[in-house]
Amino acid sequence: MSTNIAMEQRKRIHPSKFTLWVAIGSMIMMFAGLTSAYVVKRSMPSWTTFEMPHIFWYSTAVMVISSLTMFMALRAFKQRERVKYRSLLTLTAILGVAFIIMQVIGFSQIWATGITFAGSGAGQFLYIIAGLHGIHVLGGVIALIIMFFKAFSTRMRNYNAVPVEVMSTYWHFVDFLWLYLLVFFMLMQ
Amino acid sequence: MSQEVNLHGQSEVITTHEVHHDEHHGHHHKETFITKYIFSQDHKMIAKQFLVTGIIWAIIGGLFSVLFRLQLGYPNESFPFLETILGKWAAGGKIQPEFYYALITMHGTVLVFFVLTAGLSGTFSNFLIPLQVGARDMASPFMNMLSYWFFFAASVLMVSSLFVQTGPASGGWTSYPPLSALGDASEGSKIGMDLWLISMALFVVNSLLGSLNYISTILNMRTKGMSMTRVPLTIWALFFTAVLGVLSFPVLLSGFILLLFDRHAGTSFYLSDIFLASTQKALPNEGGSAILYQHLFWFLGHPEVYIIILPTMGLVSDVMSANARKPIFGYMAMVASMFAICVLAFLVWAHHMFVTGLNPFLGSVFVLLTLLIAVPSAIKVFNWLTTLWRGNLRFTPGMLFAIGFVSMFISGGLTGIFLGNSTLDIHLHDTYFVIAHFHIVMGVSAFFGMFAGLYHWFPKMFGRYMNNTLAYIHFWITLVGAYLIFWPMHYQGFAGVPRRYLDFSGWASFNQFEGLNRFISIVTIVVFAIQLLFVFNFFYSMFKGRRVTTQNPWQATTLEWTTPINPGHGNWEGEIPEVHRWAYDYGKDGRDFIPQTEPVSKTESPEGAH
Repeated sequence: MSTNIAMEQRKRIHPSKFTLWVAIGSMIMMFAGLTSAYVVKRSMPSWTTFEMPHIFWYSTAVMVISSLTMFMALRAFKQRERVKYRSLLTLTAILGVAFIIMQVIGFSQIWATGITFAGSGAGQFLYIIAGLHGIHVLGGVIALIIMFFKAFSTRMRNYNAVPVEVMSTYWHFVDFLWLYLLVFFMLMQ
Repeated sequence: MSQEVNLHGQSEVITTHEVHHDEHHGHHHKETFITKYIFSQDHKMIAKQFLVTGIIWAIIGGLFSVLFRLQLGYPNESFPFLETILGKWAAGGKIQPEFYYALITMHGTVLVFFVLTAGLSGTFSNFLIPLQVGARDMASPFMNMLSYWFFFAASVLMVSSLFVQTGPASGGWTSYPPLSALGDASEGSKIGMDLWLISMALFVVNSLLGSLNYISTILNMRTKGMSMTRVPLTIWALFFTAVLGVLSFPVLLSGFILLLFDRHAGTSFYLSDIFLASTQKALPNEGGSAILYQHLFWFLGHPEVYIIILPTMGLVSDVMSANARKPIFGYMAMVASMFAICVLAFLVWAHHMFVTGLNPFLGSVFVLLTLLIAVPSAIKVFNWLTTLWRGNLRFTPGMLFAIGFVSMFISGGLTGIFLGNSTLDIHLHDTYFVIAHFHIVMGVSAFFGMFAGLYHWFPKMFGRYMNNTLAYIHFWITLVGAYLIFWPMHYQGFAGVPRRYLDFSGWASFNQFEGLNRFISIVTIVVFAIQLLFVFNFFYSMFKGRRVTTQNPWQATTLEWTTPINPGHGNWEGEIPEVHRWAYDYGKDGRDFIPQTEPVSKTESPEGAH
């Protein structure tokens, strides 16, 4: 009921989409805070660096592909191809989970090389920054699963593209965020 | 094209019964006690929830200050009743040092965050944004409800920290490491500190959810004709506040996350190999920097003071214009100066760190940027004074508090110019001069602005008036009392009296102020008692106050006064009114006021001319 009060007088850009964009600004500030702390801390004594495992290349590829499938899912939704939409949505969620698993593997490899929370160095930042990014991806996966069940619901057919668009924007955002973090970690090594 | 048509047809079908529901908004539809008063999604009810929670917090936070003022005013006396209430924290009727630190920490935390951020922005953003821009509710009423419940959860955790055995956080409201990072460093750095951090993390979520909503409501849900140059200044102020919150609170959250890891996972963000007296051991950490925390903290911490003061600047502008029966002087200058404050807010944080090891050359840049804030602040003060100038003033309680706000803001703002200089700061930092400065310019000013808003919009909130006699007593005693409390502290600060000290009686340099301290403490108790009178007036008037009988009791121009006296969820019965003019057509063409909803007539003088 209340959401409809909002819908009734919507104009310009849809409020949910706009809210997401502002939220993205907010999330960017959080990661900007952390990465600038990383830059400051790098100049401190006894800074140690780390070796980037190869699996991150694969996880990055998975993330980029998932962004692509999300894009195609949105297009399929707008073209009323429900079967295609459902399968692409499922694929995106699976790729998201795969990304998180590969990240965990990658960071366990780094942990195994002796870069832990102890001491001073890149390691501690790495786990926290990547962990926070992982939580953001996980949030996206949960949202995808909810949308997945909604897409299979027989009780209600929804042709409103806004939720899918919001989902898609968020998913591209976490994708770009990871690309930024990857480039940042490599430049800072 | 046919798909488009189909799309619209389909979505109509889906929402039909809900649209039907909407039509009944003005009337009573089925609402249970829980959906109406507890898990409400109506912005007006959420505003009241924030307000009442904020009032409860204000009483708690104020009471803390009374307790530590008792200690400062009467360091050699004992108060057995304190032991009865507080137990071991006041053994022998004297406030214990650990508890004293806990009191000042919680006083700061509670008033800065829980009262003047959530209580203030939460109340007025939620209440006024939809009503003044002409929207039925917030962009996302559900997120709005979540925002309150995150605040509630944060409040519960913070209150619970008062009851743990080792006491609440006691490292100051800024929680600087290493004190806050080491459980062994003090009693308050144990579980109390964890509860503080988690509570604050929830608080950040509350603030973000709220701010996102405020921004998208203001930018996307204004009624027809309500361009951004026609919205009341309150809306602009609340908008800038929300932008500040969205950009700065996440950085604070990052800082807190790193602090939690330092406390529990053995990381060295803020900790280095320091020697700890209580355990007689050196820490295993290396390379951490306590300054890093200060940067992350003050990157929020400084915008935070504008998050506190900007909403009240907006409220005061509107209350003042309506009660001076004059348009606000320099509307665009007001907006531009708020924008300038908003930008500068992010560029001055290091002035809190002049003496903590910051590079002096960097310091000089921050001095310049800090002093620049005086320009927009002075523009605003000038505009308020010129709004009052030759106005047809109505001294309602709201107006008195608005004028009091300007007085406080000038007095407190001037001392900011002293503190903004890094060289003067060498002498003045961490003294009572700082205490006096920020209490007047931020604390008392913000409270005055909030009282102005509460007295002014109380009739809209509850359909009743507050008692005027009690309000006038409240105003005069608070105004005089606030100056009596904080003015002398400037002198103490010049003399070098440091803040956060338990007892000056044995300290030869500063025990000359014993009488003054006692005087300040007595005034504090009186002013606190008067605030309780306000609380009484508030709750009594809510149920027993004089009823509002007209839609527009203050003869104001803004949209909220076009709603029914007790608006339902959805605010307007029937159509949302269209807006034809700005919010400040007072005394135009010989008319006392022209509501925003009245179309511009052909014979009228042009917009902005008076």
